[in-house]
Amino acid sequence: MNFKYLYSLILVIALFLIAYAGVEMAGMQFVFGILVPYAAVVIFLWGFISKILCWANSAVPFRIPTTAGQQKSLDWIRQNKIDNPSTTIGVVVRMALEILTFRSLFRNTKMALHKGAKLIYSWEIWLWVGALAFHWAFFTTVTRHLRFFTDPVPFPITLLEKADSFFQVGLPLVFQSGIVLLAALLFLFLRRLLEPQVRYISLAADYFPLFLLIGIALSGILMRYFIKTDVVAAKELAMGLVTFQPCIPETVGSIFYIHLFLVSTLLAYFPFSKLMHFGGVFLSPTRNQANNTRMQRHVNPWNYPVNTHTYEEYEDEFREKMIDAGLPVDKE
Amino acid sequence: MAEDLPKAEEFLANIDYKVPDTAWMDTPAEIRKGMYCYASNPKSVEYLGLPNARKWNPLDDDWQLPENWQEIIHNGFKERLERFRSVKVFMDICVRCGACADKCHFYIGTGDPKNMPVLRAELLRSVYRNDFTKIGKLLGRAAGARKMTLDVLKEWWYYLFQCTECRRCSVFCPYGIDTAEITIMGRELLNLIGLNIDWIATPVANCFRTGNHLGIQPHAFKDMLDFFVEDIEEVTGVELEPSFNRKGADILFITPSGDVFADPGTYTCMGYMMLFHYLKEKYGFDITWSTYASEGGNFGFFTSHETMKRLNAKMYAEAKRLGVKWILGGECGHMWRVIHQYMDTMNGPADFLEEPVSPITGTKFENAKSTKMVHIAEFTADLIKHNKLELDPRRNDHLKVTYHDSCNTARGMGMFDEPRYVINNVVNHFYEMPANTIREQTFCCGSGSGLNAGENMELRMAGGLPRANAVRSVHEKHGVNMLACVCAVDRAALPPLMEYWVPEVDVTGLHELVANALIVPGENERTTDLRGEDLPETEDDADE
Ligand code: HEM
Ligand code: SF4
Ligand code: SF4
Repeated sequence: MNFKYLYSLILVIALFLIAYAGVEMAGMQFVFGILVPYAAVVIFLWGFISKILCWANSAVPFRIPTTAGQQKSLDWIRQNKIDNPSTTIGVVVRMALEILTFRSLFRNTKMALHKGAKLIYSWEIWLWVGALAFHWAFFTTVTRHLRFFTDPVPFPITLLEKADSFFQVGLPLVFQSGIVLLAALLFLFLRRLLEPQVRYISLAADYFPLFLLIGIALSGILMRYFIKTDVVAAKELAMGLVTFQPCIPETVGSIFYIHLFLVSTLLAYFPFSKLMHFGGVFLSPTRNQANNTRMQRHVNPWNYPVNTHTYEEYEDEFREKMIDAGLPVDKE
Repeated sequence: MAEDLPKAEEFLANIDYKVPDTAWMDTPAEIRKGMYCYASNPKSVEYLGLPNARKWNPLDDDWQLPENWQEIIHNGFKERLERFRSVKVFMDICVRCGACADKCHFYIGTGDPKNMPVLRAELLRSVYRNDFTKIGKLLGRAAGARKMTLDVLKEWWYYLFQCTECRRCSVFCPYGIDTAEITIMGRELLNLIGLNIDWIATPVANCFRTGNHLGIQPHAFKDMLDFFVEDIEEVTGVELEPSFNRKGADILFITPSGDVFADPGTYTCMGYMMLFHYLKEKYGFDITWSTYASEGGNFGFFTSHETMKRLNAKMYAEAKRLGVKWILGGECGHMWRVIHQYMDTMNGPADFLEEPVSPITGTKFENAKSTKMVHIAEFTADLIKHNKLELDPRRNDHLKVTYHDSCNTARGMGMFDEPRYVINNVVNHFYEMPANTIREQTFCCGSGSGLNAGENMELRMAGGLPRANAVRSVHEKHGVNMLACVCAVDRAALPPLMEYWVPEVDVTGLHELVANALIVPGENERTTDLRGEDLPETEDDADE
């Protein structure tokens, strides 16, 4: 049977407990509050950059965009400048729409064999909704967190906080992004688990980041609304880290260290996992190239000469027959 | 048609989308008759100088591989990761969201989960993780990694020849992961140890030697076109004089040899010839055919990038030798992906040619100014737009036409409106198939990328099901009886597909429709179309 998600779940729970035990029983605040986060950031930066460089070091021998709209050809035929861009501007727009709105995923359809005879394809928008909700909520949450790392807090971040808690009456402020993040993650997990095809293709490495992110979101929400932590102290610790004057304020609760440990794990895991789609999406040759190969020659850096069958060799073999058939030849 | 195929209804009833109980890594591929193509003939492999020429049979346990085949694959993989950023990125970033899963016609037609593009790619990705990533080496199967074994190799071979490199999956993937690209790379690796199929290897060898896939020698090529001259004279009363290998012609014409060889492609070929004759009579158009570059298609593309380049080289070489100004290309699918996205890069720059200009309308084909090769649908659409063709679409009134976008001109080029414009000008009854099955979402004929053999008919009927099903829907709704296309593989593959799934529908190329409508100077009144079928009564009082 399929225990892949269980392994991942157990692993994330174990991480949770390690941080809890480490802080509560072993008193390793220094390790979980300073060493691990620093190590994680170093691994993240080193891993991320080397992966990007590794990709960038590979050649792009051919210009192979997936053309998803009318090409540029005759003047009076309307080109689809976004889905089949022939200029850099078009490519930038196409990429921006991919990255900001997941345009390709928006096209998603679902196939069904109706009454065993007719194939039907219906628009299937939920994956797009869930994915977009998760990513934007994640982005908002991460950006909001910058208030812990800045002093004074820049205006845009305060503004974002305001916007994020817009529908709020009373205290503490509830951030919509946190709720959306958790809901979207749960949706993505359930989809993975319940849809037989998606479950079949899923690896342990697909469940793990979901659980990890759920763990991060849960511990964050717990800390904010239920097991209150000294926020001022937490900010002190964070500021210590970014100013390279690390310190461990006494009043930070263990839930905070759990949260921080899970985030550190995410950072360290990131460059070696599928999460690198974050970097890869920018480098995808089927999306980031213009469809102008017939207008502008693309150069392949490793293009090497190959053995061909020349006309002379061809004529040498067939000359008699060609002459008999009245075909012109170079050498009589 | 293959006798052992079940009835169409039975075929449909047998498609099962339930996933197996065992994980895919624990479900070895079972190579099944009807689903695979025969192994390559050693003579063809040898002629091309490709590795490990020998007689072998995919059903045998022993595939007679070189002793160090694992090392060859590993090193080949490594080399390709450095040469192709596409492969490296696609190996790393798939999130297995499954958006591509039900987009593949082979998955739709077989229900086999390994035909989901994502799993097809995972077949290679799992080995990539094991061989090239730290986390894969460290965690093994928990990270989705597995070692290359003979079973894995057989699985690769089986499923990489169940992908027609159609790119439909890549339209839907949020990162544009193109499983076709992965298949191309996988087949290239397989070729390193001599695991090709004969339906690809032998046409490639033929093409290398005689200039075309079918192995037609120069005199025979000319004979075949001469036959068409006779056929055309019978229908129109006009005598044509195609020219061959003629130095100093303005334009070189290259089309897939399939058009010269088998119905209904032959009618398309007659269509080209009639169009050229018309243009010559009216405007002094000057074009030549070549027997040396007598193949537009390129099965080398389905072998390796290198083989593709070796075959493609003939086009520019011949254009240079003949001293033409530019090249006009016939109707084909993968031919056009190669010309559009690869040719100039591989074998250019074509600085000995001129930027293509239509000698009749003066239109500059800006979009082809570097490669110097124009698609005949672009060329003809321009002629019609400028009113240069005298057409009587009523001669196609017995046809209710729909149009199949070939995968490669769709997703590897983006030619959608040119052929539609032409059709709408030569035909009175045109109906589109459902939106999710045309244009960039078009479904493959099921036989592309060298899979149009006879022995894998079950696979072809499965892969072609979504296309056929869409044709059926317009057949039932509008009485469509003709499926038009701009691809020679389509013209070979769609007729058996239609015969199996929608027997009421026939297949035609674009320029057959053009030629039926074209009023050639000096022609007799036509009583039949190019196929010799009686034309409908044309009403003299134009009532529209
Ligand atoms: C430019 C930035 C990014 C883009 C365009 C992007 C896009 C996508 C898309 C389209 C999906 C597929 C839909 C889905 O399965 O939900 C996806 C999945 C995912 N992304 Fe991102 N992403 C980006 C950055 C990130 C970052 C920074 C993270 C950090 C944690 C992340 C985490 C995930 C996860 C965990 C999944 C898998 C969801 C699942 O299992 O279903 N992404 N991403
Ligand atoms: S759509 Fe793209 S990312 Fe999603 S499973 Fe398919 S190949 Fe992977
Ligand atoms: S390229 Fe086409 S045939 Fe191949 S996996 Fe993708 S959809 Fe299927």
